[in-house]
Amino acid sequence: MADLGVNIAGVHFNNPIIAASGTIGFGREYSEFYPLSIFGGISCKGTTLRERPGNPPPRIAETPMGMLNAVGLQNPGVEHFIKDDLPWLREQGTVIISNVAGSTESDYCQMAEILSDTDIDMIELNISCPNVKEGGVQFGTSCSSVAAITKAVRQHCRKPLIIKLSPNVSDIAQIAQAAESEGADAVSLINTLTGMRIDINTRRPIIKNITGGMSGPAVFPVAVRMVWQVKNAVDIPVIGMGGITTWQDAVEMMIAGADAFQIGTALFTDPYSPVKIAKGLNDYLDQHGMKSVTELTHSIEV
Amino acid sequence: MPKGLIGLKFDAQDCVLVSKTQLTPTIYDFRLKNKTLAAITKPGQFVQVLVPGKTLRRPISVCDVEEDTIRLVFEVRGEGTQIMSQMGEGDTVNIIAPLGRGFTLDKNKRTVFVGGGIGVPPMLYSAGQLGDNAVVINGFRSKDAVILSKDFEKVVSKLIITTDDGSFGIHGFVTQPLEQEIKKAELICACGPTPMLRNIARMAKEHNVPCQVSLEQRMACGVGACLGCAVAVKRQDGTTCFQHVCKDGPVFDAEEVAW
Repeated sequence: MADLGVNIAGVHFNNPIIAASGTIGFGREYSEFYPLSIFGGISCKGTTLRERPGNPPPRIAETPMGMLNAVGLQNPGVEHFIKDDLPWLREQGTVIISNVAGSTESDYCQMAEILSDTDIDMIELNISCPNVKEGGVQFGTSCSSVAAITKAVRQHCRKPLIIKLSPNVSDIAQIAQAAESEGADAVSLINTLTGMRIDINTRRPIIKNITGGMSGPAVFPVAVRMVWQVKNAVDIPVIGMGGITTWQDAVEMMIAGADAFQIGTALFTDPYSPVKIAKGLNDYLDQHGMKSVTELTHSIEV
Repeated sequence: MPKGLIGLKFDAQDCVLVSKTQLTPTIYDFRLKNKTLAAITKPGQFVQVLVPGKTLRRPISVCDVEEDTIRLVFEVRGEGTQIMSQMGEGDTVNIIAPLGRGFTLDKNKRTVFVGGGIGVPPMLYSAGQLGDNAVVINGFRSKDAVILSKDFEKVVSKLIITTDDGSFGIHGFVTQPLEQEIKKAELICACGPTPMLRNIARMAKEHNVPCQVSLEQRMACGVGACLGCAVAVKRQDGTTCFQHVCKDGPVFDAEEVAW
């Protein structure tokens, strides 16, 4: 048995497998399948100051080896999360990452302030949601805006701060450096790629929001490339995600530069995929004589 | 990770496709053997079928439960259901089941079950619970689309069939015979195209008969986590909010739906 434990910004994870925000809600549904402690951590559904209704349906479309979603940050608001979800989640034996979204800089700062007084473990700043009209990705697409929001939130955030990056940018490594320079403790990437499908019979977009965020196996090579570029550019931990479906994908993502990784869409195809990934990862490490999963990170030979 | 029956709400498990028949050129009838999941499946619930090569599972209503098998009757609509239709007897099929909130039935209430097209299959298991107290109205496009009549005749006392073109049964929509049946009904359960459901909901309201409708929506996780399969629902205060077909439904009180 290899040691699957990793340390991200001072927080210990029992394994590098983290459930990606927006795919597992606040954990209750998937706890029907297995104890949530099979995950090193859970990144909760993107949460805002007040309840958000989300976008009108349809919110989902399938794509070749992937899917689009435009849920639009439907969530019950941060107070509901603290009161109704967090106490239960805290008992599940996994690292709790609160994914924070907002429409204005002040929203993000207030959220960081509120959540810093709770017993969540980390904050993941969602400045990369492509499915909301205000805020979201508009904070995440230029170096100056990423630097500004990171700096502002840093002053209110007393938890380890992860900045979640959008792939819909020209140079994601520079964006990651901007976050690092203003005090980010880690970066996570990639959020979804903006995509679109059209029903050829009705000529209408399948998703009511017209565009949606693309995820699933199809985006994996893009994610691997971006994780590698970002790892080469920053010294803070990198949490890789985007289309990881199998243990082989997970190994590849870590070799590219990920210190930990998130899985999302794979949960929809196979809810048990994290269990299989954990086993495959462990077997791989044993076969290759590695004692710790950390040996894999950025072990790429170029 | 073996689990017992007690307390199990749903799980992803392998089943064996023990029988496959084709009911029409586009509609297939599968019987999937899995004792654990069959034992806890209730009328009006659905399953998420893993389709090889596809990222998203396909949500399919439960047509019937026969001891240790779950019966699924589905229509080939796109690539996913096309791949499903190629599965063969003896194949292993992975499903997440049982999912969602089904119909809330009362054996003592005279209940009219209305199915339209591929909305007919989920009515079989549901109507079968009521027996003599069930009246079933099934509507189809034409005679060659009529399915499951013999199965319904076995379990309910009254089956009415309509076709849009008059090639079989009553010429017209399901709402025509419903005009008569609704007078004696204490509950209506319906599944089918949205315009049909909307009309039935309106009739039920006019006659002051409770009505439950089974809805569909493009879906991802199937268990209530991803919030993809939204449906607009009216709140007590008159505002609307989004609930989800997979967890809050697929069966909703017709009065709650923001048509």
